[in-house]
Amino acid sequence: MTTTEVLRKKSRQRKITIQVLLVIISIIAIWGAVSSAQVNLAALGITNGFGFLDRSTGWDYSFSLVERSINDPYSKTLVIGFQNTIFVGFISIFFATIFGFIIGTGRDSSHPGVKAAATVFVQTFRNIPLILQGVFLYSVLIHFPGPRQSMSFADSVFLSNRGLMLPGLNVSPSVAVALILAIASVAVLLVWRKVPLLRGLIIWIAAAISMSVIVAFVMRPEGEPLLSIPSLKGLRFNGGITVSIELVAMITAITLYGSAYIAEVVRGGLKQVPSGLIEAGQAVGLTQGQIWHRIKMPMSLRSIIPPLGNQWIFIMKATTIGIAIGFSDMFYIVSNSITQSGQTLELIFLLMAAFLTVNFSISIFTNWLNNRLKLKAH
Amino acid sequence: MAHTQKLSPNRFHAYMASFSKRAFGTPSAAVLSIVIFGALGYWTWLAVDWAIFRAVWSAENVAHCTEEAGACWSVIDARHRLILFGLYPYEEHWRSTFACLSIIATVIISCFPATWTAKRLTSLWVAGFAAYYLLMEGSLLGLAQVTTDGWGGLSLTLFLFASVVLLGMPMGLGLALMRRSEMPVVRSFAVIVIDTIRSLPLLTTLFTAAVVVPILLPSWLEGDKIWRVIIAFSLFFGCYQAEVFRGGFQAIPKGQFEAGKALGIGYWKIMARIILPQVFRHALPSTINMVVVTFKETAIVIIIGFFDVLASAKAAFGTGEWAPHYMEVYVFVGAIYWTFIFSLGQYGEYLKGRMALSTH
Repeated sequence: MTTTEVLRKKSRQRKITIQVLLVIISIIAIWGAVSSAQVNLAALGITNGFGFLDRSTGWDYSFSLVERSINDPYSKTLVIGFQNTIFVGFISIFFATIFGFIIGTGRDSSHPGVKAAATVFVQTFRNIPLILQGVFLYSVLIHFPGPRQSMSFADSVFLSNRGLMLPGLNVSPSVAVALILAIASVAVLLVWRKVPLLRGLIIWIAAAISMSVIVAFVMRPEGEPLLSIPSLKGLRFNGGITVSIELVAMITAITLYGSAYIAEVVRGGLKQVPSGLIEAGQAVGLTQGQIWHRIKMPMSLRSIIPPLGNQWIFIMKATTIGIAIGFSDMFYIVSNSITQSGQTLELIFLLMAAFLTVNFSISIFTNWLNNRLKLKAH
Repeated sequence: MAHTQKLSPNRFHAYMASFSKRAFGTPSAAVLSIVIFGALGYWTWLAVDWAIFRAVWSAENVAHCTEEAGACWSVIDARHRLILFGLYPYEEHWRSTFACLSIIATVIISCFPATWTAKRLTSLWVAGFAAYYLLMEGSLLGLAQVTTDGWGGLSLTLFLFASVVLLGMPMGLGLALMRRSEMPVVRSFAVIVIDTIRSLPLLTTLFTAAVVVPILLPSWLEGDKIWRVIIAFSLFFGCYQAEVFRGGFQAIPKGQFEAGKALGIGYWKIMARIILPQVFRHALPSTINMVVVTFKETAIVIIIGFFDVLASAKAAFGTGEWAPHYMEVYVFVGAIYWTFIFSLGQYGEYLKGRMALSTH
């Protein structure tokens, strides 16, 4: 055998040894963890397994989209926590993306005033920890005056220490959920059919408004108006939608923080559009708006989508700050369940599985979007 | 015409000319400028008026803190030691002060390019961290011993920050090297760890370290809660930093590694002498960004029961007497975070710009 072959063989053997060692160490670590978990849990008198999911919880929490009671089993409570996380996450993602695109475009503007305002926004909300912004907003909201002295806008939107009262469609919650799902599926359909961005947006908004009006007209209770507007009756509000202050604080804080980050992503994307293209647009007499939606956006969207997907995942993860202000998101429910039931391992497993599923789905969606927008091979 | 403006000998004049053209060039731009600058100016005036002109400054004057008065900084005057040092023994606060200064000095010194070699940066951070730990813990210097339970406030936040960066950096490097390995088992191990940790919220990781790990470990291995949380936090930092390093590795032509191999240089020597110095250089702006994010994320430890600067801020207005002045306390803590994060972030941006220039 030549020296080269000896050396190659040695190197191959070393690589195999290292990998085998890594596998063995991992197995020992997992085995050790399992066996000491058995010892420790037996000492605490806790039975393993998911049997506890059928037991009723016996404690209440701040928010749910469906009816809840303290007799609900753990399984239902956990599902509600998961719903709440998805709910807050998607609403925040929706608003943060819209504001992020507006502010990011503002950061890219040649108008010094617009640029200054966008910069102040980004530098304020990006440079303070999200949890600090959340608890600060929450403190401000609980110190708001009561319903009688509430802040009102156009006598139909009220903000008090009881929450944000909004006018709503006069339909039952389940109809509202179905309507929201239908509007969302229109958006998916438009993206899927590759309708151009701006036209798609206009079609979508028009569809959303007309669907809402029709549904409200058909499904409202007999003889009631289309919109239910909150009004002060004695010490509390009647009608409309009440958004609790925990939810207002959560959504506002996450949206502001997230949109500052998305604005930077958008600005980065817009900066990569070659200036020659923009000048060409000016030369053929396009307006600023046309240059934005016909040249800048299509060109920059390709570099915006991957980091935008990361920001969406980030926003989803950021909903865990709910526990700091008492909003019952997934983490809050899991943490409470652990204190109450002691089924630590099972609950943490469910928590991790939930987040891995959601974030994995978001990244599949953004990869799909990215492939869709990619330049086809010439 | 445009040329004469651009070639103006005075840069300030040229800038002002371009500014007024962009801001007031067309009627609609002028209206927009007036509205935006008016609103920004008005809000700035409101903020300055509240925070400075109508403010009450000292703790003795707390009686002046009425509805009409502006910010009541008396609460900061009275409670700043609690916010900065937590429940650290009162007479020993000088130790906490110097310990914090040593961390801040470490961060500032590592911004100078003269320190940017692996050896210097490592020794600087180890020295800064050691100075902090010795001063705070005290028993080795012959001072009264204060265990980590007694640490709190801004000094605890800085401690978490420094230890996470110090421990997380080698973890990140290790994971990045593993991810580039030719050995499939090693590579997939790194990929699984990095992707899992990055998909989970930081809070879940820290909570697992604080609550679940004691169940999974035999009691002799359990250690202090704070160290478990720091190690989990470092792992989080390491996983993100590994991706930053990966970006740095991608910027280096493969030929360099192969050239080293052809000359018969070993793997570790190629890494240490050829590849890593360049990786560090390329990854520097993103690394600074990661460090900034880490400082910001430390605020989350309040949820798993640590007395960091946010928790001590809550305690500062927690007593009935100061309860109405929660706003001032949050503004104070927010300003601390903002100053640190904004200045480091701006420095990172500046560095990115400078590096982009140097590579072309």
